[in-house]
Amino acid sequence: MAVILDSLSSIAQMLFVLLLAPGITGLVRKIKAQLLLRQGPPVLQPYRDLARLFRKETVLAQNASWLFRAAPYLVFALTLVAAALVPTVATERPFALAADLIAIIALLASARFFLALAGLDVGTSFGGIGSSREVMIASLAEPAMLMITFSIALVAGSTNLSAIAEFMSTHVEVEVSFALALVGFIMVAIAENARIPVDNPATHLELTMVHEAMVLEYSGRHLALIEWAASLKLLLYISLLATIFAPWGIATFGAGFAAASLALIAYLGKLGIGGALLAVFEVSIAKMRVFRVPEFLGAAVMLGLLATLLRMVVRGL
Amino acid sequence: MVIELLLLCVAAYLGLGLAGIALKGRAASIVVYAGSFAVAITALAGGARVLWESPPASEMLLPIGIPWLGAHFRLDPLSAFFVAVANLGAAAASLFAIGYGQHETAPERVLPFYPAFLGGMTLVILAADAFSFLVSWEVMSLASWALVMAHHRDKENIAAGYIYLVMAAFSGFALLLAFGLLAGPEGNYAFAAIREAERSPALTSLILALVLVGTGAKAGLVPLHVWLPLAHPAAPSHVSALMSGVMTKVAVYGFIRIAFDLVGPLEWWWSIVVLALGGITAVMGVLYALMQHDLKRLLAYSTVENVGIIFIALGLALAFRANGFQAAAGLAMTAALFHVLNHALFKSLLFFGAGAVLAATGERSMERLGGLIHRMKLTAFCFLVGSAAISALPPLNGFVSEWLTFQAIFLSPSMEQWALILLVPAVGAMLALSAALAAACFVKAFGMTFLGRPRSQQAVGAGETDGVSLAAMFGLTALCVALGLFPGIVIDMLAPIVRGLVGEGATVQSLQPYFSIVPVAGSRNTYSGFLIFIFVAMSAGLTALLVHVFAPRKLRRGPAWDCGFPDPSPQTQYSPASFAQPIRRVFGTMVFRARETVTMPPPGDMAPARFEVTLRDLAWDAFYAPVSLFIQFASARLNYLQFLTIRRYLGLVFFALVFLLVVLALWQ
Repeated sequence: MAVILDSLSSIAQMLFVLLLAPGITGLVRKIKAQLLLRQGPPVLQPYRDLARLFRKETVLAQNASWLFRAAPYLVFALTLVAAALVPTVATERPFALAADLIAIIALLASARFFLALAGLDVGTSFGGIGSSREVMIASLAEPAMLMITFSIALVAGSTNLSAIAEFMSTHVEVEVSFALALVGFIMVAIAENARIPVDNPATHLELTMVHEAMVLEYSGRHLALIEWAASLKLLLYISLLATIFAPWGIATFGAGFAAASLALIAYLGKLGIGGALLAVFEVSIAKMRVFRVPEFLGAAVMLGLLATLLRMVVRGL
Repeated sequence: MVIELLLLCVAAYLGLGLAGIALKGRAASIVVYAGSFAVAITALAGGARVLWESPPASEMLLPIGIPWLGAHFRLDPLSAFFVAVANLGAAAASLFAIGYGQHETAPERVLPFYPAFLGGMTLVILAADAFSFLVSWEVMSLASWALVMAHHRDKENIAAGYIYLVMAAFSGFALLLAFGLLAGPEGNYAFAAIREAERSPALTSLILALVLVGTGAKAGLVPLHVWLPLAHPAAPSHVSALMSGVMTKVAVYGFIRIAFDLVGPLEWWWSIVVLALGGITAVMGVLYALMQHDLKRLLAYSTVENVGIIFIALGLALAFRANGFQAAAGLAMTAALFHVLNHALFKSLLFFGAGAVLAATGERSMERLGGLIHRMKLTAFCFLVGSAAISALPPLNGFVSEWLTFQAIFLSPSMEQWALILLVPAVGAMLALSAALAAACFVKAFGMTFLGRPRSQQAVGAGETDGVSLAAMFGLTALCVALGLFPGIVIDMLAPIVRGLVGEGATVQSLQPYFSIVPVAGSRNTYSGFLIFIFVAMSAGLTALLVHVFAPRKLRRGPAWDCGFPDPSPQTQYSPASFAQPIRRVFGTMVFRARETVTMPPPGDMAPARFEVTLRDLAWDAFYAPVSLFIQFASARLNYLQFLTIRRYLGLVFFALVFLLVVLALWQ
């Protein structure tokens, strides 16, 4: 019985992030357009785009293999599971024992692995350039993310996200290592979500040609799943940011209706603020050359390492 | 008694080697490989039984070898585990070879040495005195050298065999000296006596340095790795799988046996050496792997990386043990042994895949492969799972051991030494970097070999490999998945071994809900590959179902879009070199001194334009070139000694004798 209830609550969490994700993408686009003094598409436009893509016929390249057709489902499922494992409204949710922060990062790495392979499947130059650059960016973003995890886990004493959230909401002191980790985390999040200045989510014909070039051959329902997964990943990173660095208001699972509603409002507010900050950041900066990206991410790795060493030194004294 | 059974297995291996000499034709190949398979399964069952029941260590003394010493053999949990790993790899390789062996052009150069190689490896693990250890070690080295030289008409292979022989001799020599020092002036060569003896710290350090060199050269620690990517790919693919998947593990066994068991407690700073070597090896290995275009060489360099990961975990175990943190040391040791098992599984699987591709196309270079997922569907599936597992992706087995290593790193701040406190996070960063680069490397390996459009006629005409080879690959694939989903079973199985080495095993995992694992008792850091697999499988399945029920199922095949400019020539797609170019640009200029030269003919000249990339292995320049130069210099100078008269030779002998006697007299 308990298993069924736990499963139902997990399914509810999955549906929650699933339905919320395109909205956050729409919100960022809307704010960006407004900042550029454009009308911009409505916030609900990504939902319509997804519905339209699902209705459309799928065109496959003649030599596309089963991997190309399976990859969107795998990428979608892996990203969804990762996003559902990050606490949104409540910590200590059932099945939270399935993965700690390292496993969540690794789940995203799995999704990327299959997407990069799909980019190579048809054998076009666009797919190849996208995949090779994606893995280059990931090869620095992942260590940076792990070092940041490391520095946070050292303070919180755990890599479990619920434990980190609980620790951070009671820990009032401001630490220098948190600031370093926060900056590093934001840099990684920008790179991982293919945002400006690392990549441009609005086009695939710019010289960056990373994420959008990699998925160029996809159409119809496959493209819909990949776009949805991209929104989910953005939601995941904002939730992660909220859970680790601003866990105020988050409820413990089973804490009652009032606490849960409060936590829901807090969570939606945090998502809105995160999306707005991303939009402001994106319109105020120019995109960088692709070979400046390693320097950008190298700085993130160094920030993570520095935050960790700082923790070690403080702890040792 | 299991130890008798295992020694009988070794004898059976040697007998099969003789059968390989006596028999001819296809029958020989079937007899040798099927026989090796049966023997390996028997030995695997024996090793597994000891692990399961964990009886007290059993010993055996055979009246062979040095008269006053005899040959000691001992089976304790550690050797049982390594016997099981070695013979698991051997069983898979033998099964694969029943099918793959028919493509062998020179079976008479493979069949006699193959079982001898297996027997040698098993015997190294069972040996319990220095003499039998070294003799088995050399049997293993020489048999594998003969297998490397199986295709001796290839010039590259001759060079590879020569370098391997030099390095194997060097490694054996270092171990010989180490055992000489371990045995002491009384010559107590039995491990039991070595374990009891007392040594000064300086002597212990010297011994450990020699052991690190001797076993590290065999395992492929940077900078002693240079022979490995030459020799491993040169052998037939099932032997490459054994050399990479199993022989490097025998070297790791040698290190664990001596460093954790025989020499006694070590000073903490030794862990710094091991950690630093492991970290450098992991990163350099995978960076070299990324630059390769030869599929088998890429896999061999990836072995270097994985050996680095194992040594990182061993270094952590040494550091924790020196600090008296037994639980943390147990966790690190568990991670190391788990990775030993994992790497034996997926590296063998990947080498089998490369062998199947080689048999189907005759090509090892990824520049001439591509599109094989359409022609070798099942091989492609197995290779894909192997690639995902070695890239440490959940829910497969590679992720579990890396996760355990990371969890061990998280325990490091409680250590006392500042050097370790500052070094361990840096090693953690190197481990993370190598894991991310490994994923890039295997996207390249799988993508260039199996995806895209075929880059040569051979790749167009390829066909699926035979059923027996596929059975071997699917067996390993299933194990990679099973160990990823139920890692607790392995961790519990490793506990008695780890307890014997560092005093405390990892936490009991069998009671955890949903097959999740916890690194140390009471920790909230949990991971459950089983749950993740269920979640991902259910969400992917449900999504596919919903999409196919509600969305239109229309699907049309058309030409590739490629932004409107598809090029019909497969040469225009991304090649292995172009795929690695961004990473080469980021890391290569520093690490490999990568240089790109473009030769553009002047207008009107019909010569083709050329683009060349040169990479250098810095280990060659820094370590080997000076040594080789010195040897050449010294031999040129000493050349005249070859042309002395007999009187002068006798004089030389006389003076050498007097000198040694004087040294001895002063020593006493």
